[in-house]
Parts: sequence; structure tokens; C-alpha cells
Amino acid sequence: MATAMVNIPETAAPGEIVEIKILISHPMETGFRPGMDGKLLPRDIIRSLRCEYDGEIVFTAELHPAIAANPFFVFHLRADRSGEITLVWADEKGNEFRQSGQITVG
Amino acid sequence: MRGGAAALLLIAATMASGDGRLSGTAFMSPETRAMQADDLANPGMFAVLEGARLWEETAGVSGRSCAGCHGDGAETMKGVAARYPAFDEASNAAVDLTARVNLCRTRHQDADPLPPEDPRLLALTTFIGHQSRGQKIEPDPDPRLQPWRELGARLFRTRMGQLNFSCANCHDDNAGRHLAGNPIPQGHATGYPIYRLEWQSMGSLQRRFRNCLVGVRAEPFAYGSREFIALELFLADRAAGMTIETPAVRP
Repeated sequence: MATAMVNIPETAAPGEIVEIKILISHPMETGFRPGMDGKLLPRDIIRSLRCEYDGEIVFTAELHPAIAANPFFVFHLRADRSGEITLVWADEKGNEFRQSGQITVG
Repeated sequence: MRGGAAALLLIAATMASGDGRLSGTAFMSPETRAMQADDLANPGMFAVLEGARLWEETAGVSGRSCAGCHGDGAETMKGVAARYPAFDEASNAAVDLTARVNLCRTRHQDADPLPPEDPRLLALTTFIGHQSRGQKIEPDPDPRLQPWRELGARLFRTRMGQLNFSCANCHDDNAGRHLAGNPIPQGHATGYPIYRLEWQSMGSLQRRFRNCLVGVRAEPFAYGSREFIALELFLADRAAGMTIETPAVRP
């Protein structure tokens, strides 16, 4: 599943600190949990998240099995230029998902 | 920011009914409350979105979708969850929202009923429940529901299981105190289906009942049983006038 709810402000004053939020719909299956048949459910987690602001990486996170389902991130950026803010997250198999928004500074 | 403050005010208004009754939200940490208050942080909103998608999707031999009969769910389902469980003429019984969705599937869509706690079923009931968020619980006054009301009221006060506790022992007599470090809420089902952090998923009120029953070492009633529908109806009466919060987040 690649659904996520993302909040990227559309406008900001130059130099303003803006809040970026992302809630990713994902089971974050740890690989330690047995299923109904008693066998371990294979690990299935989001491994990484990064945020690109106008092409520059401004935030990265590594995720581990102890992180709960539907991981939620909030972080702050200094909005100093207009551009695209893209959130990219990748799962165990290397599949990348992305969602982006345009911020206009001025 | 202003949106956040407004949401917090809304949640404060939601928590208390002014007569001493409190939603489970009132017993949560500020962090969990904030998670529920912000639609972009509330994982239950995924179920609402998925439910909105399923609402439009055809099911079964009929090729009909929920929207095919009911139109725009965001309009037509307003207030529906507030008056469930309700009386169903055809089966001459009380049905909850979950049972209603499955009745619609079998009667009108020619589709198989969805199994209990199926994510699709939870998504649909969460979507429908969400359309009543902010409204007051107004139980169905149908006199034919009386036997369920009485059964529910009785079950709520019946001691069960090896620990020999009734619902009332905790949720009436000891609400606000702690059980193994966790606050005991008053047991007002204002936000179901809920996203429970412990489950890391959505769950119905009946799943919560089964949890409590296992907790007192009792044999849980079956999903969809007369006993559970009766308890749901009793709880709706008990929480009448309180504000619906679906999808609530619970620890």
C-alpha cells in the first residue's frame, strides 16, 4: 500500500519555519510475530523516508521493526525558496513511493 | 496552528457531556488526544478514506455499489450511526451498523457477507460512522427493541468469567481509577470503530467487548451475537446525547 496523508504548506513567508507532516499507511510487520498458522509473518516494514526540498535532501529517517504500524512523522523546515517538497519512502523490497507538494515563498 | 487549536477546542467539547459522563478521550494522554484531533495524524482516517472508496465500488452479482442505492454517503449517511443499533423489520431483530452493511450486501448486492473485523467491513462502518462525527448519540426509540435493551442492561451488570467481574464493576464503580496502570474509562462507546494503538489497526466495539471478556477470563460471545447487539444498544442508551468521535484513537 502506498497511501499516505501528507501536509505540506502551500505558502510561507521567506525564512518562515514550516511544519511538514506525513502519516504513512503501512502494517510495519516486524517479522517476529506468528500468524494464524503459527508461522512467522515475513517482515514487511518501511525502511527509509526522506524529504527533498527543491531537489536538496533536507530530512532523512531510517525505520526499524520496533516502529508501530502507520508511522507518523512531523518535522520542520526553514522555507527560504519556492519549490517542490517531495517525500519519498521505500519499503523492504526497494519499492519507492513519493508524494509532493509545491510551496510558494514570498 | 489555528486549525489545531480549533480541533483541540472541539475535542474538549466532545469529551464532556456536562453531566459527569466522559468519553474515553478524557482519559487519554495529551499525545494520543492530539493524534485523534488531527485528521492528518489520526490513522483511523485511512479507514474513512478506504470506506469512501469501497462505498463507490460495486460488489456481488448485482453489480451495485453502496452509492448505487444510497447516493453520496457523505450526505445520506449523516446521523445514521447516531441511531444504531436499530430495528430491522425483515429479520425482526436489532441490528448494528456492521450487521446492516452485511444485510445490504446479501439482500441488495447479492454479495457474500464480509467476515467479522474484515478491514473492508471496518472501513465501511468507519466511513459511515464518521459521517455522524460531532452529532449526538440518539438511540432508536422503537419499542420493539425493548427485549434487547433489557438484555443489554442485564448483561452489563452480570458478573462473568473466572475473575467474576461485570462491565459495571469497572466502568461504573471504578471508572477513573487504574487497572494495571491504565485508566479505566467510563465505557461510553462514542468513537467506534476505533484505531487502537495496541491493536495497531481498526477494531469494532464487539472486538473491544471480546477483549474485556477475555480480560475477566470469560468465554466471549460470538461476533454478531444477540448478546453483543444488546450490549451495544444498552451502551448507546447509556451514552445518549454524547458526541460521536468516529474514528477515535485509543491506547
